Amino acid sequence: MRIISLILLAAATFALAGAGPALAEPAKLTVYTYNSFTADWGPGPKITPIFEQRCGCKIQWVGVEDGAALLSRLKLEGKNSPADVVLGLDTSLTEEASGTGLIAPHGADLSALKLPVAWNDKDFVPFDYGYFAFMWDTQKLATPPKSLADLSAAGDAPKILLEDPRTSTPGLGLLLWLKTVDGDRAGEAWKSIAPKILTVSKSWDEAYGLFTKGEAPLVLSYTTSEAYHRMEDKTDRYKALIFPEGNYMQIEVAGMLATSQHQDLARKFLQFLVSPDFQKQIPTTNWMLPVIDIGADLPPVFGQIPQPTKALMLPSTEVAAHRAAWVKEWLEAVGQ
Amino acid sequence: MTAARIGLAVAAFIVAAILADYAALLWGAGGADVANLLSDRYLHRVVGFTFLEASLSALLSLAAAIPTARALARQSSFPGRRLILQLCALPMVMPSIVAIFGIVAVFGRSGYIAAMASSLGSEWRPSIYGLGGILIAHVFFNMPLAIRLLLPAWGTVPAESWRLAAQLGMSSGQVFRLVEVPLLRQYVPAAFTFVFILCFLSFAVILTLGGGPRATTLEVAIYQALHIDVDLPQGGLLALLETVACLIMVAIAWAVGQRIDFGRGQRMTGLRFDGISLGARLRDSATIVLATGFLVLPLAALLYDGLRGLLFARFDGGPLLAAMLVTLALGIPSGIIATVLGFPIAGAADRLRGRRLATVVIGIAGLAGVVASPMAIGAGIILGASGRIDLYAMAPYGVVTMNALLTLPFAVGVLRPAIARNNAQYDRLCAGLGLSGWNRFRVVDWPLLRRPIGLACGLSTAAAMGDLAAIALFGNQSLTNLTLLLYNQIAAYRLDSASGTALVLLALCLATFAAIERGVGGRGVS
Repeated sequence: MRIISLILLAAATFALAGAGPALAEPAKLTVYTYNSFTADWGPGPKITPIFEQRCGCKIQWVGVEDGAALLSRLKLEGKNSPADVVLGLDTSLTEEASGTGLIAPHGADLSALKLPVAWNDKDFVPFDYGYFAFMWDTQKLATPPKSLADLSAAGDAPKILLEDPRTSTPGLGLLLWLKTVDGDRAGEAWKSIAPKILTVSKSWDEAYGLFTKGEAPLVLSYTTSEAYHRMEDKTDRYKALIFPEGNYMQIEVAGMLATSQHQDLARKFLQFLVSPDFQKQIPTTNWMLPVIDIGADLPPVFGQIPQPTKALMLPSTEVAAHRAAWVKEWLEAVGQ
Repeated sequence: MTAARIGLAVAAFIVAAILADYAALLWGAGGADVANLLSDRYLHRVVGFTFLEASLSALLSLAAAIPTARALARQSSFPGRRLILQLCALPMVMPSIVAIFGIVAVFGRSGYIAAMASSLGSEWRPSIYGLGGILIAHVFFNMPLAIRLLLPAWGTVPAESWRLAAQLGMSSGQVFRLVEVPLLRQYVPAAFTFVFILCFLSFAVILTLGGGPRATTLEVAIYQALHIDVDLPQGGLLALLETVACLIMVAIAWAVGQRIDFGRGQRMTGLRFDGISLGARLRDSATIVLATGFLVLPLAALLYDGLRGLLFARFDGGPLLAAMLVTLALGIPSGIIATVLGFPIAGAADRLRGRRLATVVIGIAGLAGVVASPMAIGAGIILGASGRIDLYAMAPYGVVTMNALLTLPFAVGVLRPAIARNNAQYDRLCAGLGLSGWNRFRVVDWPLLRRPIGLACGLSTAAAMGDLAAIALFGNQSLTNLTLLLYNQIAAYRLDSASGTALVLLALCLATFAAIERGVGGRGVS
């Protein structure tokens, strides 16, 4: 009895699921992104109606955990992926993503870009960027470190909160930052930082939460974190630190899949990403910087937060080639 | 035998699905380099650490749970006893980040204890980042669960036995040695294994409270392989290694575990004569207060932060309400399915005791949801569905099914000993009366098993309500439960709103758990 009703239930379920797409009317653009992009206060709900009206289509957002999950999802699905566009990879992953052969050239006009670095990637369109920075809790620490060298100077204070490069993007960002600045001596730099590390969390979420709960006066985050606290919390308690060695950049990108059934729509969407309509939503929804000049649409706070003196970024090819070895070096320096 | 056969069939299906999942990973991309992987020094360290933290966590959780459960069993009219038992379901629903925040609020560098030390003029600050923090978190998560798994053990002792013990003039210590130790030998190995496995697969807690990469578990390595490197064979192999390690623990527990039979009683609630004396009452009360305090302090911190978040932070009313509905709509069916599937599996486990292969299949199926790496299951589903099934459209059914399987172990864990006891007591009577099938369930099993069924359903629903793995896998944007909402709020810097969401999740879980336990299980006290 029970088995029969279970089978019936399963059959009904499959029938319902199958009937869904058959009723679809306008073309549907499937976009893979990370979950927080489509949250109620994220950029997703703001830009969806604008683009849908423009293209006469529907966007179906599929949310995954984070940028790395996007790439692994694409790799797992391969040529069968129902995705048309993938949005939310960053520059440390683009080389690997291109290497899968799943991404088609974007063909977008990127002449309006105003990034601190030249953009030559034929596969990916940048849609926002930011600088990694240590956030400083001014109520917990009187004098912050002045530079990356200062941060890694001897001693076990002040305590810092970091993210794990094996599981998080900012964590990998700091790894690349130190590699850019210290090169072959990065391992030693990590060794002298090690005693100051309070903990290395799975993702930015835990580290930043512990920071605002007062567990440590320094956390690895973005310069734009300061913009959030000033604008939304109306406080200047938390400040972003600019280091003379430079601050490492993260550029977030989108690309279209070669297997997409809606190539034209996907192209239109990529072009839309660098239009003012999309870009002016970015600062206060994703708390990152726009990739084009949006003039007065950029909230004044973003002009008031400290600006890095030097933008650092390693070529994506180099990251892809050495990431595993560098993570190993980090493990040996910090994990012993 | 029909019910047992259904149980075996369901169990075989679950085991086959898990094996297929692992096989898809292992052979998905050309096979794994087993020799190379197994000789990796990093992996050795990781495996060693995983065993260490899981064993210590399970030992400590049980060491705290046994005296507490005993005290709760002896003092059946302890004030607030029912509430304490309901609070025990809360850590199960708690997203790891919420538990971390709660624990840090109490034991952290700026937590309550640090504030107390500071107000006493001391420079000392607690330092929890390291193995200590991991153990605190794991005991917080698992001591309450262990209490709920162990407590029914005392109910299986007939009232007549307690009376006899009193008549023979046994002291509290003698009762413990002669009655309770043999009793615990039956229940503790299973509870220990369960907690061990949960800690063995721990992830975010390990990294965040562990203080650095020295604290790395196998699940971290699996995450790295599947999520970051997308090295499927490596991930599959590590997941297999993880599952095998857990199953070895299960086998040891089975070997150590002992079935005892207290004989038939009248099923009256027995008075514990050894718990009446003032000394025993004081000792029991102190034990209960201590354990409850350990559980309640972080909860109090979360309550305080949550109320502040709901009252003063930006209120995400619409999304919050929607997420509450999604949490209930996905959690309750998952819990019910887990219980409905768990009942025949637990029954079959007792009926087919003598048949070795069947026992193994059923044993694995009952634990599949906890011994299988969630990361590996997720990757396997994506791989298997790719090009065949539209995960997006299937999302509601997929999430419910996956959660039912992931929470099945909680249902089976509760139902198995209860059903075994019932069968031992009433099989012959039922055979004599010619009662079987549905009639037997209606007349004999249901009235006697309502309470464990309610507990099984309540626990598995609570666990499913805290789901993140399944909902993140299917990625349908119209399905945002409270856990996902909370993470989205944190990602957007809305930490205060997230505290409010955490409180709503906990309150909703407590209410649902209490309603199910009472609605299904009836009014009696467990």
